[in-house]
Amino acid sequence: MSDILVSARGLEVHFPLRGGKGVLRAVDGVDLDIYRGETLGLVGESGCGKSTLGNALLRLVPPTAGTVTFDGTDLTALGRRAMREMRRRAGMVFQDPFASLDPRRTVAQTVSEPLEVHGLRSGRRERAARVGELLELVGLDPAVAGRYPHEFSGGQRQRVGIARALAGEPDFLVCDEAIASLDVSVQAQVLNLLRRLQRQLGLTLLFISHDLSAIRHISDRIAVMYLGRIVEIGPASAVGSTPQMPYTQALLSAVPVPHPELERTRQRIVLRGDVPSPAAVPSGCRFRTRCPAAFEPCPDVDPALQPVGTAPDHVAACHLHGVIGTPVDGRTAEDVSAAPVD
Amino acid sequence: MTAVPTPGGIPAAPAPGEPMVARPARPRWRETLGLLVRDRTAATAGLVLLIIIVVAIFDETFASQGPNEQDIPGRLQPPSWSHPFGTDDLGRDILSRVILGASVSLKVGFLSVGLALVVGTLIGLFAGFYGRWVDDALMRIMDVLFAFPAVLLAIAILAIRGPGTSNTIIAIAVVYVPIFARVTRASVLGVREEVYVRASRSIGASDFRLLTRHVLPNAAPPIIVQTSISLAFAVLAEAALSFLGLGTQPPNPSWGLMLAEGNEFINRAWWLAFFPGMAIVVTVLCFNLLGDGLRDVLDPRQRTLMAGGGR
Amino acid sequence: MSAVPLPAADPVLEVEDLRVELRTPRGTAHVVNGLSYAVGQGETVAVVGESGSGKSVSVLAMLGLLPPRVATVTGRAVLQGEDLLTMSPERLRQVRGPGAGLVFQDPMTSLNPVLSIGKQLVEGIRAHDDVPKAVARRRAAELLGEVGLPEPDRALDRFPHELSGGMRQRVVIAIALANSPALLIADEATTALDVTVQAQIIDLVERLQADHGTGVIWITHDLGVVAGIADRVLVMYGGRCVEDGTADDVLERPAHPYTRGLLGSLPDLAAPLDPDGRVPDLATVPGLPPPPTDLPPGCVFWPRCPVRSDPRCETEQPPLVTVGPGTPGRHGHVGRVLEHRAATWYQEGTAR
Ligand SMILES: Nc1ncnc2c1ncn2[C@@H]1O[C@H](COP(=O)(O)OP(=O)(O)OP(=O)(O)O)[C@@H](O)[C@H]1O
Ligand SMILES: Nc1ncnc2c1ncn2[C@@H]1O[C@H](COP(=O)(O)OP(=O)(O)O)[C@@H](O)[C@H]1O
Ligand code: SF4
Ligand code: SF4
Ligand SMILES: [Mg+2]
Ligand SMILES: [Mg+2]
Repeated sequence: MSDILVSARGLEVHFPLRGGKGVLRAVDGVDLDIYRGETLGLVGESGCGKSTLGNALLRLVPPTAGTVTFDGTDLTALGRRAMREMRRRAGMVFQDPFASLDPRRTVAQTVSEPLEVHGLRSGRRERAARVGELLELVGLDPAVAGRYPHEFSGGQRQRVGIARALAGEPDFLVCDEAIASLDVSVQAQVLNLLRRLQRQLGLTLLFISHDLSAIRHISDRIAVMYLGRIVEIGPASAVGSTPQMPYTQALLSAVPVPHPELERTRQRIVLRGDVPSPAAVPSGCRFRTRCPAAFEPCPDVDPALQPVGTAPDHVAACHLHGVIGTPVDGRTAEDVSAAPVD
Repeated sequence: MTAVPTPGGIPAAPAPGEPMVARPARPRWRETLGLLVRDRTAATAGLVLLIIIVVAIFDETFASQGPNEQDIPGRLQPPSWSHPFGTDDLGRDILSRVILGASVSLKVGFLSVGLALVVGTLIGLFAGFYGRWVDDALMRIMDVLFAFPAVLLAIAILAIRGPGTSNTIIAIAVVYVPIFARVTRASVLGVREEVYVRASRSIGASDFRLLTRHVLPNAAPPIIVQTSISLAFAVLAEAALSFLGLGTQPPNPSWGLMLAEGNEFINRAWWLAFFPGMAIVVTVLCFNLLGDGLRDVLDPRQRTLMAGGGR
Repeated sequence: MSAVPLPAADPVLEVEDLRVELRTPRGTAHVVNGLSYAVGQGETVAVVGESGSGKSVSVLAMLGLLPPRVATVTGRAVLQGEDLLTMSPERLRQVRGPGAGLVFQDPMTSLNPVLSIGKQLVEGIRAHDDVPKAVARRRAAELLGEVGLPEPDRALDRFPHELSGGMRQRVVIAIALANSPALLIADEATTALDVTVQAQIIDLVERLQADHGTGVIWITHDLGVVAGIADRVLVMYGGRCVEDGTADDVLERPAHPYTRGLLGSLPDLAAPLDPDGRVPDLATVPGLPPPPTDLPPGCVFWPRCPVRSDPRCETEQPPLVTVGPGTPGRHGHVGRVLEHRAATWYQEGTAR
């Protein structure tokens, strides 16, 4: 197996509910390995805990249980100062390029902040030179360094955000919905840029998005999240074309493709109802309240991730693949994906 | 269908929407000043304030007559060439007293507000940024201070410490500290949650850096506005305290004291109260206008017109 | 060729040469520049284009929702025989409910946060139909059931913030449909929603359309959604229609370089791999749309066009002309061939 850069074990982030009664399980028991040099796509509906997981991996929100290991170091055991130094090695790109840049600081000030914080370049002139390099790296003219964020378009701002994240020469980059608020053509530019940077700098990328097409385009592996848990993970080709968990199947089937003929004939699995609140996670399989294939063990037994399909390293948490119980009318996961239920 | 040419085949198209031209760098303070000058209202207000401050500093030079020089035969003279603002009940030149009063009133205004600004902003900054028990502890103290009516609090302080200019400054400052603390805290609470603060934390910035580089500058606009309002009110408060006999002690002039003294003669000699009153009004107005202008000019977004965009 | 001009046989809405100018500090913004289209009964017309291409402004202008001091609107927009643009404000208000329903991107902005869902629906119903409160309330519950809200009777007493984004958007649709409008305008109605919820909403609109014969204008930049729901597509750029036709024509046989650029920038999983076995990079349209205060004199797309070569591109606006054989129509156009038009001087084979 290849080298693991980031690893989470039993990671939980629970937020106390207002009023003091109960907790909100934003991340609820995640085991995850991210291999050095890979792009891992993290997908799921809004509110399922993607951002919280991304933040918890960088200890930007404190986990309430579990550990995060970064290149062999247990981040959860690190002191404040050591953690701050660690931050040089992991960058983050945020969703909204309009909100993630300080409106009162120039592009140069923003991009050089990591350099100052970690003392990476001594002297004003050297920092300015490095800022120029970084801007060029993300496809911006170094001459714009003195300008303020509001003078840029969304795509350009996102490039500035990426330049800042890269300034510390990190090994790991978390992109949280980095293209969600951009126009289609600009999304393509930023996706290309991220792919180029990843190759050029040998980055390890966690690409969080709710856009499955973008995820399938950029990722080596895809992880699917539902109500604070990873419910399926595997090679992008396997998860993207032969998903094994009913939720992944529904999610994929809901992604519209720009081909009218295909769209007219394609069967969509329309899920009934809304995502349950993460403050009231259903018993057993957390997807059972919306699952078109739920059967008798589902409300009682929480399925664990287990090998599925034919691709190596492809795992899913669903009783259809397990040994407990028999699906009603003897369906298997493959049957369910072949004959979508409405 | 012919395929869209690959990016490599695309002729370099000039993109008019891209604001990519370099702009000569200018020092920020000069740019700020330049913009402030272009804001007509703020510039005028600033100029007037500047004149008032210069006059206050060089009061001895500008005053034609000693402020306490009496001339009983020439008392209660209406404005004339020799006494543009008239004379008071002891025959003192009102213009000279207004000029000398400026230094007292402005000193009280600047020092009391400056003190309150520094202390209040620090308290609000820590309370808002750290939240939890820091917030609870600091803001409960502020609440207690705030619970007293402002004038009563000032009077109480002056009663304990005794009347006089420096005690007036302290009294007014104590009254304004909780106001600055609250304004700052409210503003910081909003800014603290901004993504760019989180972004800066994510690259490993220390709390000190977050507070000084990101939180304070972005939380500043309401504080600036509050400062200009408070400056205005401090001048008025000094007037009120002097009026009650707790602030500046006669025979030294301050605008408030003169207003108080002139009040007695308002029906016979309007100029006694009018000119110090006008001095207060003009100063207060200028502080407010300058504060508004400053707030706008310090915001980079206001500096250039927003580029078009559908959102 | 038996192609008929695009207007539908029995149009609900006919827009002719719609132009909108907005006064801005930077000068006059030409935001919509001569837009013409029609929406037939039960038909869905998708309006696509990048941010700032004038999609929202064009519909806001028709419904008189732009600030009159800033906007100058000319042209015609005939809804069921009446021109919306020359209507009195009073009449326009009457028409808005039963004539045209509007659904915006952010459901929270269209709902009043301090009024219960029921109150808002009842208000909407009674504004155009003088029925007793109890009757309106019963109809409101039915509507919520129709848009698929669980427990519609209880939902009436809930407040907007108690609902999820998808549920809120369904409430907004219910309000828009309260008076069975002839036309439904959805402006980025599903953009902020998850794909799963988006699928539910699209399902809902299609069902209602089939039941009531509602004409739909679906504004979006998601070409996948367009492929699924649109009968016809209108591609907007710089306030102009640069290409229109059936979804099959526009999406499968795009003729305008801009449409091709948009489609090319979407991840395509069927695309062949690079020689080194990697997924190829996406094609992109470099640059940004021109600011509406400063449109180029010739083709609006000229500054970014990868295939501009015709000398007229820079100086002369290309007219919207037929570019293909067209496709047989569906909803309301069965038995007819619908045109495929594009506004470009570019012709196959002439590019470098
Ligand atoms: N009230 C206004 N005053 C001045 N300009 C405006 C106003 N409203 C919109 N515009 C401008 O009109 C143009 C078209 O805006 P519109 O909102 O229709 O675009 P859009 O295609 O809907 O984009 P988006 O996808 O962002 O909603 C933009 O350049 C926008 O900046
Ligand atoms: N600081 C917080 N306090 C309370 N709840 C939170 C906080 N941050 C996130 N949550 C909740 O955690 C869940 C997951 O959030 P998030 O990770 O942001 O979702 P996603 O990124 O998938 O949209 C949501 O229900 C959200 O409301
Ligand atoms: S375990 Fe049961 S409820 Fe969960 S996804 Fe599988 S079939 Fe559905
Ligand atoms: S008219 Fe010319 S510039 Fe415009 S899209 Fe066609 S080829 Fe390109
Ligand atoms: Mg998120
Ligand atoms: Mg819009």
